[in-house]
Amino acid sequence: MTLVRTIKISFKALSRNKMRSFLTALGIIIGVGAVIAMISIGEGAKVDIQSRFASMGTNLLFVRPGSQSFRGRHGGGGTYQNLKEADAEAILERCDAVKYISPSVNTRAQVIYQNKNWNTSIYGTGDKYPLIRNWTIDEGEYFTESQVKTAQKVCVLGAEVNKNLFEGGYSVGQIIRIKKIPFRVIGILKTKGEAGGWFNQDDVIAVPYTTAQRRLVGRTDRISSIDVSAVTAERTQEAMDQIKEVLRIQHKIAPGAEDDFNVRNMSDIAESAAESTKILTILLGGIASISLLVGGIGIMNIMLVSVTERIREIGIRMSIGAKERDILLQFLIEAIVLSLMGGFLGIGLGVGGSALISHFSPMTTLVSIGSIVLAFLFAASVGVFFGFYPARKASKLDPIDALRYE
Amino acid sequence: MDNNNTLIQLEDLTKIYQVGETEVKALNGVSYNIHQGDILAIMGPSGSGKSTLMNIIGCLDKPTSGRYLLDGKEVSTYNKNQLAEIRNKKIGFVFQNFNLLARTTTLENTELPLLYSDISSKKTKEYAMKALELVGLQGREMHKTNQISGGEKQRVAIARALVNNPSLILADEPTGNLDTKTGDEIMDVFVDLNKKQGITVILVTHDQEVARIAQKKIFLRDGLIERLNGDRQ
Ligand SMILES: Nc1ncnc2c1ncn2[C@@H]1O[C@H](COP(=O)(O)OP(=O)(O)OP(=O)(O)O)[C@@H](O)[C@H]1O
Ligand SMILES: [Mg+2]
Repeated sequence: MTLVRTIKISFKALSRNKMRSFLTALGIIIGVGAVIAMISIGEGAKVDIQSRFASMGTNLLFVRPGSQSFRGRHGGGGTYQNLKEADAEAILERCDAVKYISPSVNTRAQVIYQNKNWNTSIYGTGDKYPLIRNWTIDEGEYFTESQVKTAQKVCVLGAEVNKNLFEGGYSVGQIIRIKKIPFRVIGILKTKGEAGGWFNQDDVIAVPYTTAQRRLVGRTDRISSIDVSAVTAERTQEAMDQIKEVLRIQHKIAPGAEDDFNVRNMSDIAESAAESTKILTILLGGIASISLLVGGIGIMNIMLVSVTERIREIGIRMSIGAKERDILLQFLIEAIVLSLMGGFLGIGLGVGGSALISHFSPMTTLVSIGSIVLAFLFAASVGVFFGFYPARKASKLDPIDALRYE
Repeated sequence: MDNNNTLIQLEDLTKIYQVGETEVKALNGVSYNIHQGDILAIMGPSGSGKSTLMNIIGCLDKPTSGRYLLDGKEVSTYNKNQLAEIRNKKIGFVFQNFNLLARTTTLENTELPLLYSDISSKKTKEYAMKALELVGLQGREMHKTNQISGGEKQRVAIARALVNNPSLILADEPTGNLDTKTGDEIMDVFVDLNKKQGITVILVTHDQEVARIAQKKIFLRDGLIERLNGDRQ
């Protein structure tokens, strides 16, 4: 018997039991739908993060102390500090692809204004920082070069901080306390307008890095990183190479030895941040796959019941000349058809579901072709895998016993 | 008597069922020849081995020992797939309880054996329609099996049995579930097929009346042929 005929026979058998067929496929429908919707959430998060980073500027470069792999002389990368102000100055002076630099000393601190309390990120920066990061000042102004040089206790508030300490009002000229040290507010940043999300660029306070060194961190000889902007986005790579060269000389690194710093651009950072969403995607997809597996077991269960219920039919088919292979194929194809139809409907459910999620929640979702193909193949193999045992059982029946079965 | 139109040769067939510790000897050494164009009735009390013999002749089962030659080929040595092939090409079955597929039209039921052969889909319908006509069911092709009477069901079963143009039709108590009048009509169908198509018919029956259409009869008792009738062997 040809495969086409077997497929026809399977379809007929399925259509004779439409309701049962649908209920059997339901497990797969939900499973495939869940896999696609869950993966779309993970993928959406990734795209979200990448676009947020991209919006910060593509000509941004970050210089950080070297990694922990440095001969094991130091502990974790975070505690390892070997960048100095002199390094920053050397970069600005000697790299012609570099436009602005800003030494950074970052920390977190508790800030107080009257009876209000807020915990936020403190960015100790140079005066060019707003130019590097595309920050716009809403009220007042950013600190100047001379204010940085003389380590003035002045600060610029992010919109979120201003909202929390001053209820969004005009705060320029007020005194707030950062780690109990009084700072005068000289400016307010314009909001980036990103509610919630992965990290909030409005929830910061900028202070001169020199002040941060002396007053907040207590180390005057080191800076935690250097923010750099290249002259143009196209010259970012060139700027990176120049910075590396300069710093190797600054740090007296012998030729062939590893760098004790690293320079990264925005898209590198976006990439590694997006990497972290992979785990989310795998986790969500994994949970959803379990429902697909349960759906597969459902198919096996119904197919087993169906074999028992149709023993007579199997006997009849055998008595008129159906071979073992014909029966095996018929039941296997029934299972595959069920799971494929479940797969198709599930794709609809998944795509629709992820559209609903992005419509009714702040989450971004992205349905990828890959996830559709993956879920579909998974559904098909569930059909083959869980359909095989019942099909084999059916094909191994003895025709006389099957015919006599009540 | 062995002439060249011998269809079936049974030589010392035995069939032993193992039920737990005990052996049940359903057939105890049956030897018999059946010729092309015969109508043979197999009779005997319940448990005498009639169905067992039919199953072996119908290639649904294999004898424990002995030889079975169908068309000169020793089918007792065939494997499951080869037997299925023989059933598909050479044998048609008619059962006491009809054994039609539920919720399926008479046409689809009749087509079934052809689906498992290499006959093209186009021919399939044509042959099935012809078979239904032969059993007097023209115009009932699209009726589902739950919409027709017992007699009609058995006609569908006969149509299905003869659709692949077999040399042999086996009927195990084909009138057992029918009233006398309907039973007689079914027997007429068999006689007709035998006369017009030359199909060999073997039927199992308890009913002397039914057996009257048979030119030859064998009586089984305890798995042995007790006596022959109408065949001076
Ligand atoms: N699958 C089986 N397993 C064990 N014993 C069996 C099996 N099939 C038949 N038998 C036994 O073999 C013997 C012959 O059975 P068979 O069905 O051939 O009788 P029968 O002549 O057709 O009877 P009836 O007229 O009641 O249909 C009986 O004793 C029966 O119990
Ligand atoms: Mg019987």
